[in-house]
Amino acid sequence: MSDKVKIRLSFLGAIICWLLFTGASIYLLLVQSYDMKVDFSNFFPQLCFTGFVLSTFAYYRYIITKADSLNFTDLLWKVFITGLITTLISLAIQLFFSIFARTTLVESPLTINFFYNILVGLVVIFMVSTLVVWKRLILYQKSKNLLKLWSFFEIALVASLLFDFWGIQFGEPYFQLALVVLGLFSIILVFNLKWVAYLNFKQKWKGILFILLSGIYLYHFLLKLSWFVATDMVIMNLLDRVFILGLFAFLFLYAVISILVTLFNLPTSSVFEQKLKEALDFQKLSQSIPRGETKDQTYEILLESSMSAVFADAAWLEVQEDGGITQIIRNLKDEDVDEIKASIKGETIKAILRLALKNEVNPGKLTDDIKHSKFKSIIALPIMVQNNQIGFIVLLNEVSEAFNREMVNIITTFVNQASVSLENLSLIQESIENERYKEQLKIAKNVQKSLLPKELVNNDHLTVSAFSMAADEVGGDYYDILEYRENRFGLIIGDVSGKGTSAAFQMAQMKGIFHSLANQGISPSDFNKKANIALSHCLERSSFITSTYFDINTEENILTFSRAGHCPSLFYCKNKDEVNYLKCDGMGLGMVRNSSYDDYVHSNTVSYHAGDTLLLYTDGITEAKNSDGEQFGDNRLKESFTAHASKAPDQVKEGIKNDLSQFIGGMMIDDDYTLVVVQFKDKKNG
Amino acid sequence: MAEISTENNNGIHFITVNGEIDAGSSIYLDNALKEAMDNGEKKIVADLSGLDYISSAGLGVFISHLDEFKLQNIELALFGINDTVKQVFDILGLEKLLTIENTKEEAIKSLDE
Repeated sequence: MSDKVKIRLSFLGAIICWLLFTGASIYLLLVQSYDMKVDFSNFFPQLCFTGFVLSTFAYYRYIITKADSLNFTDLLWKVFITGLITTLISLAIQLFFSIFARTTLVESPLTINFFYNILVGLVVIFMVSTLVVWKRLILYQKSKNLLKLWSFFEIALVASLLFDFWGIQFGEPYFQLALVVLGLFSIILVFNLKWVAYLNFKQKWKGILFILLSGIYLYHFLLKLSWFVATDMVIMNLLDRVFILGLFAFLFLYAVISILVTLFNLPTSSVFEQKLKEALDFQKLSQSIPRGETKDQTYEILLESSMSAVFADAAWLEVQEDGGITQIIRNLKDEDVDEIKASIKGETIKAILRLALKNEVNPGKLTDDIKHSKFKSIIALPIMVQNNQIGFIVLLNEVSEAFNREMVNIITTFVNQASVSLENLSLIQESIENERYKEQLKIAKNVQKSLLPKELVNNDHLTVSAFSMAADEVGGDYYDILEYRENRFGLIIGDVSGKGTSAAFQMAQMKGIFHSLANQGISPSDFNKKANIALSHCLERSSFITSTYFDINTEENILTFSRAGHCPSLFYCKNKDEVNYLKCDGMGLGMVRNSSYDDYVHSNTVSYHAGDTLLLYTDGITEAKNSDGEQFGDNRLKESFTAHASKAPDQVKEGIKNDLSQFIGGMMIDDDYTLVVVQFKDKKNG
Repeated sequence: MAEISTENNNGIHFITVNGEIDAGSSIYLDNALKEAMDNGEKKIVADLSGLDYISSAGLGVFISHLDEFKLQNIELALFGINDTVKQVFDILGLEKLLTIENTKEEAIKSLDE
């Protein structure tokens, strides 16, 4: 059954019960007046009355919704309106009686009973609806025990309805006892008034007014009922009912207590409102950043909240960031700010205003009195982000000693919350920035990858295989090969000192130098001499590049090379099945930046045969360490190369890489490292 | 990690280097050399017997001061370099630019010549 159906059914039930109740009363009246001995006692009208009360209760239970903090006055308004309507109707009845006073019409028991029954209906409607509202109010923020107690009270009320079937009259001991039981319940229940605290000042006044009027209605109904009863002509004396008297007592008691409590709460309501506002401000502050507000908006909220929390007359806030100073001023002139700054005595506050706060401060030193023409009290609080003071907030009052410790605490929580918000904001910005840097590095990485040759020479004379890995996103290792003339190749391996971004830029310069010089078919010695001149102009003084340049002549099967400080290359001679260093004196590029460098440049020439293999590498390979801190070293590299050198270049490269990773285990190589394998074929001899 | 200490004795400025000189610790070596230069030292002897490893950044520190030393007539001699580090100097060709001796006495003597 839906609530709508229930409401309609209970409404219908109430009307039917009331009609039956009235009918039964009038029937009984007839029985009485004509002395007809068909007495079926008062049982039937009492039954109808009980039905009427229960239906009305059911009806109001459904239409008066649960109380929440917003509609307390709405609930009281409902009581007031219901009371007003029912009272007006009862006054109309009174008017009717006074118009027709002393006529037979109003002295007839039939008329009196009819109007009495209407009054009974009005009283029940008002009392039951008020009961439901009181119930909602009492059960606001209910506990389990309170709920239980209320259930007992309701049961007791129903029991009192049943008790009334016996027709026990006022004054009899059982009646008294039942009344006392209901009274006790009422006394316990009426002190549940938590809702009062949630009314603001204006609502409290309204509440007092509504409840007061409800009390007057109740009193008015009591008088009316007594008047009818006094005529001695009514069939059913409502004032002889425990239920009605008990309910009267309860409703009245709750009204009185509510008025008193609300009245006593009036002076403190501003404090409660203040606390509520502080909580809301606090929430505003903590949500200001996630809501996408800017720093300035957070500062504004902080300033406003703080001012209203401590009733400050004026305030200002200063934050130093990104080189500039943000200043927000409230109720002050610029010159006031300087005057106030000058009139401060406390060292702590002075330090705060200089943004020079170092350590934790004693909260007691944050408030002070100042000698200023207008403002007498001051609070100054630092705004800290990541343990740095980035600013402060100053609050001023025209009265001396206006600020207390409690206020400092409130502002401190505000400032802390604002700091958290600001910190979050800067973290968000930082992470966005980091993301951008990462993106940039990714681009750099791709650009650098394109600087290394994509396809290596693989023809009838040579097969080249290479591998390079940077320790960071970008690195400073370089290798390249180009055929500058038929059967003549320029080959280079280079290593820029240091690693990372700066090394990567210099590696790019090296590529430019290689491509411009190698294309001219330059000799290895001249290559290093010219490369040194070129690099001397653009390398930092502490940077240098080591490299070895090879000129390969596949027609003559000879190899000329000049080593510029780079680790010596390994050469595998297939006929002898042995590996040797290609030795040559030399010096790193950029170490000597004048013509005397030329004196250090040398070159060497070797001839090769089919199957001979050349291994170029950078020191990232030989200096790779295992977990014991031991380096891979020249000897291990030489052994590894010897073991794999007769294989195809790709397998030589993979073999050395495997040996290396086996040696270092799980350790990372903290440098750029490169391997280039060149295997020679003999075109002439097949 | 590197430990660098300095000492003045009979007009000779001694710099003792212990540990490893990598990109991070090369700054301390650089500072030690700059300080000596700023103090007007003309004879510097560096004790590298405790140096286990030197990265290219560390070598760059020596290289970067070569011109300035020559210009100001500052003499620098190194001694006590172990084989691994010596090899790094040799491969790079740095041994031709620096005075490298085996012992302290030889290093001091080399400055007098």
